[in-house]
Amino acid sequence: MSRSYDRALTVFSPDGHLFQVEYALEAVRKGTCAVGVRGKDVVVLGVEKKSVLQLQDPRTVRKVVMLDDHICLAFAGLTADGRILIDKARMECQSHRLTVEDPVTVEYITRHIAGIQQKYTQSGGVRPFGISTLIVGFDPHDTRPRLYQTEPSGIYSAWKANAIGRSSKTVREFLEKNHKDDMSRDDTIKLTVKSLLEVVQTGAKNIEISVMESYGKITSLDLSQIEAIVAEIEREKEAEAERKRSRLAATAAGQAAMFAAGESSAQ
Amino acid sequence: MDVSFAITGKGYVIVAADTTAARSIVKMKTDEDKIKVLSPHLLMAYSGEPGDTVQFAEFVERNIRLYHIRNPHGLRPQSAASWIRRTLADSLRSRRPYSVNLLLGGYDTSEHAPHLYWMDYLGTMVEVPFAAHGYGAYFALGLLDRYHDPEGSLEDGLATLRRCIDEVAKRLVVAPGQYKVKVVDKDGVREIAL
Repeated sequence: MSRSYDRALTVFSPDGHLFQVEYALEAVRKGTCAVGVRGKDVVVLGVEKKSVLQLQDPRTVRKVVMLDDHICLAFAGLTADGRILIDKARMECQSHRLTVEDPVTVEYITRHIAGIQQKYTQSGGVRPFGISTLIVGFDPHDTRPRLYQTEPSGIYSAWKANAIGRSSKTVREFLEKNHKDDMSRDDTIKLTVKSLLEVVQTGAKNIEISVMESYGKITSLDLSQIEAIVAEIEREKEAEAERKRSRLAATAAGQAAMFAAGESSAQ
Repeated sequence: MDVSFAITGKGYVIVAADTTAARSIVKMKTDEDKIKVLSPHLLMAYSGEPGDTVQFAEFVERNIRLYHIRNPHGLRPQSAASWIRRTLADSLRSRRPYSVNLLLGGYDTSEHAPHLYWMDYLGTMVEVPFAAHGYGAYFALGLLDRYHDPEGSLEDGLATLRRCIDEVAKRLVVAPGQYKVKVVDKDGVREIAL
């Protein structure tokens, strides 16, 4: 029995930190970026796709998965941990239907997932899950889109738009600046792609977008569709830069003219 | 007292089950649906001990769904039938077995063929061109031997089904009043009014 004290990896440090949980958050920060954005009646998930090796089958690498007909999840961090957590969540979705004959609500499954993650910070012989998740979907008989986040510590929270994984801070700050309430479908998708482009240098081919429009209606955008959106964003950026340049040139010209006028009057 | 039939034909399976929920000699309900839609191309008619039937059917339904979410493709009829049979066989050897008899009809979308499986609570499974459970089986199987056409159209199949139902209505003392009929083919599952 005396040995049972050191069974848990997750013990408090003297200043109140759980190091293993903080290391798990570090694993999340190293994972590929995932973004979730809520619009008026749509919710979009965007993830940064790692380039697969030349001979690898890209279809077998999935970062956005369905938990049930109406709920979708994206994660950042250790993929292997993600798989286990996703499986537990899928089981719960069906188990919930079996016991109460109703599909789960987004909040319920988020709480369940966060509950599992919390359990792994407080039990013996286990380590925390090295993943954060973004969970999106629609509640049954409801038209409002939902977006939740969970963390390795077991915290969960609801968001209008959020990012997890590598450079998530940059993306979140971008979203804070650009997110508006009640965005249309196209605006929501565009904002998602735009925010991902902040950290994905390689462009469209490394972005995956899933759009959920109502209960159980989910579509994955094709590469060509994403490319079109990226091109549109590039054009806008170009136009913006052009405006800025001409404005700068105008001010410079104005200043030069004033300077010249000053000189001539001095003479 | 449940009666259920299933008939395969050219590219379809018809599954029919009576809609009576009875307890002892009393009819409790006459619009009970005893055919579960397990997946877009899979139907299961269940009969047997009331309570067991619904419990087992819902258990199967959720497990088939879970498989579909976990994997890129759902179970094919053959695989689903094997899994269900195995579950029944395991149940038989448990402390409290399910006493449920099943007809499983499905359309295999990869080989474009209908499949029908007859199963009982002992874990017996056999693939058949037509099948029946309950007292109706005693009257219908002879008719089906005579009139079943594996290459028949949906209309032929429904006509054969009507013969069976009429015969049962004529000869069986406790014949059920109404039936629910569902069809599965390449387009999925739909209900048909006889």
